[in-house]
Parts: sequence; C-alpha cells; structure tokens
Amino acid sequence: MSITVEEIFETVNMTLQQHFDIRTVTLGINLKDCMDRDLDHFCGRIHHRISEKGIQLNAVADRIEHKYGIPITNRRVAVTPASILLEPLPRTQTAAVRLAKTLDSVAAKADIDFIGGFGALVHKGATSSDENLILSLPAALSQTRHVCAFFNLASTLTGMNMTVIEQFGHILKDLAQRSKTGIGCAKVAVFANVPEDNPFMAGAHHGMGEPDYSLNIGISGPGVVKTVIEQNPDCDLTELSEVIKRTVFKITRAGELIGREVAEMMGVPFGIVDISLAATPAAGDSVAEIIEAMGVSRMGRPGSTAALALLIDAVKKGGSMASGNVGGLSGTFIPVSEDAGMIRAVKEGALTLEKLEALTSVCSVGMDMFAVPGSTPAEVISAIIADELAIGVANNKTTSVRIIPVPGKRAGQIVHFGGLLGSAPIMPVAKIASPKFIARKGRMPAPIRALRN
Amino acid sequence: MVKPKEKKASQICILTVTGRDKVGIIARIAVTMSRANINIVDVSQKIMNDYFVMSLACDIADATLDMPDIHKQLQKIAKDMELNITFQHENIFKMMHRV
Repeated sequence: MSITVEEIFETVNMTLQQHFDIRTVTLGINLKDCMDRDLDHFCGRIHHRISEKGIQLNAVADRIEHKYGIPITNRRVAVTPASILLEPLPRTQTAAVRLAKTLDSVAAKADIDFIGGFGALVHKGATSSDENLILSLPAALSQTRHVCAFFNLASTLTGMNMTVIEQFGHILKDLAQRSKTGIGCAKVAVFANVPEDNPFMAGAHHGMGEPDYSLNIGISGPGVVKTVIEQNPDCDLTELSEVIKRTVFKITRAGELIGREVAEMMGVPFGIVDISLAATPAAGDSVAEIIEAMGVSRMGRPGSTAALALLIDAVKKGGSMASGNVGGLSGTFIPVSEDAGMIRAVKEGALTLEKLEALTSVCSVGMDMFAVPGSTPAEVISAIIADELAIGVANNKTTSVRIIPVPGKRAGQIVHFGGLLGSAPIMPVAKIASPKFIARKGRMPAPIRALRN
Repeated sequence: MVKPKEKKASQICILTVTGRDKVGIIARIAVTMSRANINIVDVSQKIMNDYFVMSLACDIADATLDMPDIHKQLQKIAKDMELNITFQHENIFKMMHRV
C-alpha cells in the first residue's frame, strides 16, 4: 500500500473523532439573465433555474460524501445580489418580498438550508432599488426561513456609507422584533470589503465578477487543529505554527479534491476553497478551544489576540500551499453563539464585546452571531457596526457584523436559536454610544491607503 | 500481472476496521467483499491490547454494488459486531498525505 497505516488512521480519525467535515459546498448562480419587468416571469425563471441546479447539487454532494467518507454538512446556493435583480421592477415592498419568498420556496424544494444573496452593495451609495430592498428587509426575512441577506456598507477604496449604517440600526431592530428570539438578524451580515466568492452564510452571494456558475467550498476542522496542538503541549510557538500549517495543508487538500470533483460532476467551474476554521456548537469543534489549547487560560483574556493572530497566519500559510484557489473569507470564524468555547468565555466574563472587536482585527470575519439586549438603541447598533467596519476599511480586510438584539432579554440571560446557530448569552452593551456622530450620516471618505496607484 | 486492456481502470478504496477483537471479523468482511465482486489487494492487521486494528485496500472497479450500498453492508457488520468501519476512496489519502 503506498499510503502507510498511520496516515490512513490519521485521516480516518479526523472525521471519526475530530469533527473534520466539508462545512459547505455552495453553488453560485448568476440570475442576471432572469431579470424582467414582469414580476411573475421573473420569479418563474428564477425558480426554474435554482431548483434544477439545487437538486443536482444535493445529489452530487451525497455521492461524493459516500465516495470519500467525509461529511458534506451543508449544501447551499448563492445568487446575484437581489437589489440588482430587482432594478427593472417597481420600487415596492411587494416585489422584494415576492423575490425573497420565491428564493425561500425553491430552497425548500431543493432541500437547501440557506440561500444567500438577498442583499446589496451600497458601500458608496444606494440606488432606489437598493433603498427599496433595505426597507423591505424586515418583512422579507421575517416571512422566510432559508433566505440570507448581506450588505456591503463600506470598502477600503470608497470609504464608509454612514447614511446606510445609521439606517441599519433601525432596520435590524425592526427585524429582531418580528420574532421571539430575534432570529431574523442571524440571517443578515453587514460587511466592509465583502468577498464575491465566499461560500459561508449569511454573507454568501454570487458576485459581479463571477461566471454563470461557480462552485465554492468551505472546509472546516477546528477539532483537527486543536488535536494536533494538544499533541504538542511543550513546543515553542515557531514549531507550533509549523504543526498547524502541516495539518491545515492536509485538510485543504481534501477540500480541493472534493470541491473539484463536485464541480466536475455538475459541469460547472470550480471557484475557490475557503480555508476558514468554522466552529459548530458540538463539543470539541471550537475555535476558542484551539486558543485555549495553545495556552491561553480562557478565550478573551490577554494573550488571546496574539494567539489568534498566530493561528490564522499558520492557517493561511498551510492552506495557500495546498491549493492555488484559496479565496472567500479564509480567516477564522469566532461566532459567539456557534462556538461552545466562546459561549463559556462570555458566561465567565473573560470575553467582552470590546475584546471581541479587538480579536476581529486579526481574524477575517468580524463580530459574528452575538446577542445584545433587545432594548439596545438603534444608534448603539449603528455605532458598533461603524467601529467594526472601520477596522476592515482601515486595514484593507474583510470585516462583518451579525448582531442580534434579542427582544425582551437583558444582559446575562441566554437565548437559544437551535441547530447550527447555537445559543448565546446576552452581552452587556452601552445604553448610549455616539448618537450625534451617527446622526451626522454621509460618507466617511476612503482612507489614504486607498490611493495606491 | 499486466491487466488486459478491456478491463476497467482500478478504483482502489481503503477500508478500516477498529474495535474489540473477536472471532470472524476478517471472515465476515471478506465474504461481503467477495459477494460484491470486490477484489482485496492489500491487508494490514494487528491486535493492540485486545483492540483489533485493520486497514484493507480493495478494488471496486468491477463491483456489483455501488458506494452507498457497500457502505450499508459495512455499517450492518459494524453494528452487528460493535466495530468502527470506514470505507473511502484512496484519492482522499493520496491528496492529504502525498504532494
């Protein structure tokens, strides 16, 4: 046998004991050619296009899962940003909600848990179609289950659209209040520098530079990385970085193989491998526990940011050697509600909102899936978004915010979302932030580093 | 031996078995393989403190069952004999462990 027994069992144990899986295969679908001035025609075409490919995606993913014995946990679809698709239609909530419902029903038909792309790129300014979509968001997401929304509100090249950031404080509060747990807000991510080929929800969409179809894959293996760190309890940090790199190299190679094969069987171009480490609420599948295995007493305490920086650097180096197609977010996800270690750190008071923000300055994805009291004023939500997106704009990286103001809950209480979304302790937050600053609105100019030609 | 040209290209899969040692593990696996016309090409097996550990390479090019059905049969053995059995195409190991 050309592969040794040790190597075989290393791979087998990754899936059996360390939760290694392909977190998502996400098919990007261009819907621009479905645009129409007639709402019925438009929705009919979209339904036909997505259901055909979505059903095929599930069938192919099942076959590959059996072939390689590695679970493909989620099969998802990302489409052209909805505000572009809605451009020819009247600026009514009816049109936007109808599109959301069409996406929702086709996702259910194809057995797809989330469909992304119900969003807009408004980092410099909003068209009337963008504005209509934003105003329709609470109605659209509260009446659908599978639809995810993304909004790019800032970019390094254009600065920050503070007018829309101010508006989003109100929109997110409105959306949260339409359900008991505020779950609607778990389906909206706002971004700075949003990537066009990210396979992970809620931010996935099929970007403007993409072909008709694109198959993107998100791998995951916090448990695998944690295990190798635990197997090396005494090595120095240089050696630890090497150990992480070697492991991520292996799991990225697996992701590349599976992504390419799914794409080939579907007859669509292979896009990217997103090497982000993505946690789940399952025990042992936590990014916070990786940081703690490195020697930090509790995620959020001093040392966490440095440890996370080392981790993500090693992940990127290992991943980029394994695949020429690394893309998407490719950072480390630290969502509070979806990671058992993050939840524990918040409950014990080790991890605060401020430290969460600091951590996102070294990992790619921002402040994700955290809950705040339902009484948090809209201006505070806008200010949290502005702070987080400013980190992305100033550092030329992606950052995002997925904040859930849970109706009727106070700091310290727990909210349960269920499934992959997990549960979250309500984090304390200031009752007043920057009302006058946020109320100024306008566009924060691009930073000087945008002028790089 | 050189294979005749008309024969399908080999499709090597790796099967692993771990669990408490007992009579008939290899026999049961081998019978299942043979009934499905799967050729066993390599076996490595040892006992570590009453623990049975085996990896087996086989060729499913001419198999009469497809992958999901092979998985079903193996999972039945795993359940009956209280074992952990995995069955994966060898490419995943090649990709992860060979550059």
